[in-house]
Amino acid sequence: MTTVMTPVSGPGAPGPETGSSRRAPLRPGTALGLGSAVLYLSLIVLIPLAAVVWRSTEDGPNAFWQAITTPDAWAALKLTVGASLIVAVVNLVMGTLIAWVLVRDRFPGKAVVDTIIDLPFALPTIVAGLVLLALYGPESPIGINFAYTRIGVVLALLFVTLPFVVRTVQPVLLELDRDMEEAAASLGARPLAIFRRIILPNLMPAMLSGTALAFTRAIAEFGSTVLISGNLPFKTQVAAVNLFGQIESDNLTGAAAISTVLLVVALVALVSLDLLQRWGSRRG
Amino acid sequence: MAKLGLRTLALVYLLFLLILPVILIIWRTFGDGLGPFFEALTSPSAVHAFQVTLVVAIWAVVANTIFGVGVSLLLVRHSFPGKRVLNALIDLPMAVSPVVVGLALILVYGRFAPAGGLLESWGIQVIFSTPGMVLATVFVSLPLVVRAIVPVLEELGEEQEQAAHTLGASPLQTFGRITLPGIRWALGYGIVLCLARSLGEYGAVAVVSGRLVDQTQTLTLFVEERFQNFDQPAAFAAATALALIAVVTLLLTKLLRPKD
Amino acid sequence: MAIEVRDVNKSFGATPVLRDVSIDVESGSLTALLGPSGGGKSTLLRVIAGLEEPDTGTVCISGVDATRLSPQRRNVGFVFQHYAAFKHLTVFRNVAFGLEIRKRPKDEIRKRVMELLELVHLEKMADRYPSQLSGGQRQRMALARALAVEPEVLLLDEPFGALDAQVRKELRAWLRRLHDEVHVTTVFVTHDQEEAIEVADRIVVLANGGVEQVGSPAEVYDNPANPFVMRFLGPVTEIGGNLVRPHDLEINTTQDGGGTPATVTRVVRLGFEVRVEVEVEGREAWVQVTRDIADRLQLAAGDTISVRPKSGARSLALSAV
Repeated sequence: MTTVMTPVSGPGAPGPETGSSRRAPLRPGTALGLGSAVLYLSLIVLIPLAAVVWRSTEDGPNAFWQAITTPDAWAALKLTVGASLIVAVVNLVMGTLIAWVLVRDRFPGKAVVDTIIDLPFALPTIVAGLVLLALYGPESPIGINFAYTRIGVVLALLFVTLPFVVRTVQPVLLELDRDMEEAAASLGARPLAIFRRIILPNLMPAMLSGTALAFTRAIAEFGSTVLISGNLPFKTQVAAVNLFGQIESDNLTGAAAISTVLLVVALVALVSLDLLQRWGSRRG
Repeated sequence: MAKLGLRTLALVYLLFLLILPVILIIWRTFGDGLGPFFEALTSPSAVHAFQVTLVVAIWAVVANTIFGVGVSLLLVRHSFPGKRVLNALIDLPMAVSPVVVGLALILVYGRFAPAGGLLESWGIQVIFSTPGMVLATVFVSLPLVVRAIVPVLEELGEEQEQAAHTLGASPLQTFGRITLPGIRWALGYGIVLCLARSLGEYGAVAVVSGRLVDQTQTLTLFVEERFQNFDQPAAFAAATALALIAVVTLLLTKLLRPKD
Repeated sequence: MAIEVRDVNKSFGATPVLRDVSIDVESGSLTALLGPSGGGKSTLLRVIAGLEEPDTGTVCISGVDATRLSPQRRNVGFVFQHYAAFKHLTVFRNVAFGLEIRKRPKDEIRKRVMELLELVHLEKMADRYPSQLSGGQRQRMALARALAVEPEVLLLDEPFGALDAQVRKELRAWLRRLHDEVHVTTVFVTHDQEEAIEVADRIVVLANGGVEQVGSPAEVYDNPANPFVMRFLGPVTEIGGNLVRPHDLEINTTQDGGGTPATVTRVVRLGFEVRVEVEVEGREAWVQVTRDIADRLQLAAGDTISVRPKSGARSLALSAV
């Protein structure tokens, strides 16, 4: 199950006549369809998101700055970004490793492992949190208690972001031309040199784009952290949870400011992802 | 040797992050047999939560399926200015935190917002009610059907449809007899993904529903509320039910996924 | 001997791919491994390179037993059918790869790579990526990359297989010239007998995992060891229970020459050549003659003629079926 995004400039923009070279009038069917689609998208996604950004800047930049630098909000934002960075790095390494094992290794039960990699995408986030709390909470059967700690937050984020790097690296690794590795070997490169000089550079774009997706998801994550983090302000409260509290206490302007920050961080990550992909495809 | 080391490392990581926690919760749920599990799931609150979840999910899936098929056709078979922008905007919901989704909807459709006020005066309450929850669910699951269909539509090409046109089929007939059969597996895949996401959505629904027990409480909200109120058996039972749905989804998508 | 392969056997699963293969490749020679696809020639090449391990048998390279040596230590240059270009590296860095692995000084690498790029006519492409090259250019880059490490032997797997006919012809002649310039012991795999005859100075014919014949192009063409080799190396036709090359037959319009009586069924003029299809003893056969001869004999369908091998022509008796 893939919720991995298609890149903004990817092959998703199809059709033989993209671009502005053709200025033929729209067919009536096209116009009707386009109108409905844009209306649907506007009512549900675009206008509400615009309202968030508008609300956050309504009272000027100072108010915006104040809203995101209240001690608890600032602490939550810092924790979120920090934890997401850690999660991104762990995913970069472990996700690539898991993809490697799934493609290049053979062992009984591999197909099952390959299937359950997607479980975090299919599992509701609140269930993910609960599941982790069962093993790493106060009633842990193995005696490890990460409840209400930052480690717990990182665990929750690792859980929900697990598939991203695995699922972006796996297909690239599958397609990777084995001849290249044999050629490098016959030119004298040892396994480690082959990995570093041949495999890694070819996987890097996929690894980085998977990591960017995982980072974006971690920044935005809410449900899985609710139970395991205990939502202690200044300690384990992530931005989305802080935001939730602000909405509950009807501080919508403050909430809008934090939301805008989260949106901007996500967009920056996605734009970098897009640039990465172009960088990767340049050498196709 | 190195190979064995890597394999062990990968499997241990998956074991402790993913496999053990999920198994543990299922074990705890069924530890005292099936009786308590069904008992917990058949309490009036649980049944109500299940109904609310189903209603919201079905509306969301229907809306996104219609939108998804339409937009996919638009993106693949039609040309218009701004196509790339539309294509990019469709993925936007993936990058938005569920809580932000909730806030965004409140700011437009809340009682004190212009649009929300207007609807309220017509007697339609959006926020803290089913329409808001449907909107939130539609928002978060919006790209799934589109992204499942678009590659298959591209692969399918236009020739068969053009052939049908030359044989006298109307656009609607062509869609029903040629296009739809061609994308049916991908569509099924997209719908399953969308349904799973809709049944499991928590954050956005938590914000817009007001979390009113026995009124706007979905199954995921039920899990959280029961857990916070120290009713672990009910929380675990509902969580396990959701996890089983997730596993079924996983197997279904495995089955439906377009083979390459 | 640059390469000595002794009694090599290799199976993939239950399928034997190489059966008791023994060949010698002389230093400085240009050898073709020729055979139909599935005959084991690519596997043999990969066994020599160390990319496959033989089940039994030995491989010696320059007198050293290399059977258990990893490909890294064999010092062979291997050119892959689909080039195996390092997509993420420029042409320059591709060619420099082996030298970088060997940690040669930077300026030495630069000098050597530019020399090689000149040799393969890619000096202007040094900063391009493989995706920006044509198939033929990629092939030449792969060749330069393999030559850069000054290998004891150069191995090419179907070097022209993925190219279109025109480029293929050019590269053949070019490979021959290149070999005359650098003199590195070269073995290449091909299924195209014309390619083998044109480029190689020795041909090893492989079929069903075994060596059918080894010899110079003229030897294997003119003195094929068995009907398989004769058929694979060039056109054949069957007359009087013997396999003969159609151009080794002569036609007589009378029956005095002692040839086999035949009836002309069709005359096909292919430019300079004329293909005379005949019926001999109830079987179809054909004779290749030049246009001049055809004109002189004024052949037409229905004519009764006689056909016999020219003096000195090689023919192989087919065992009675």
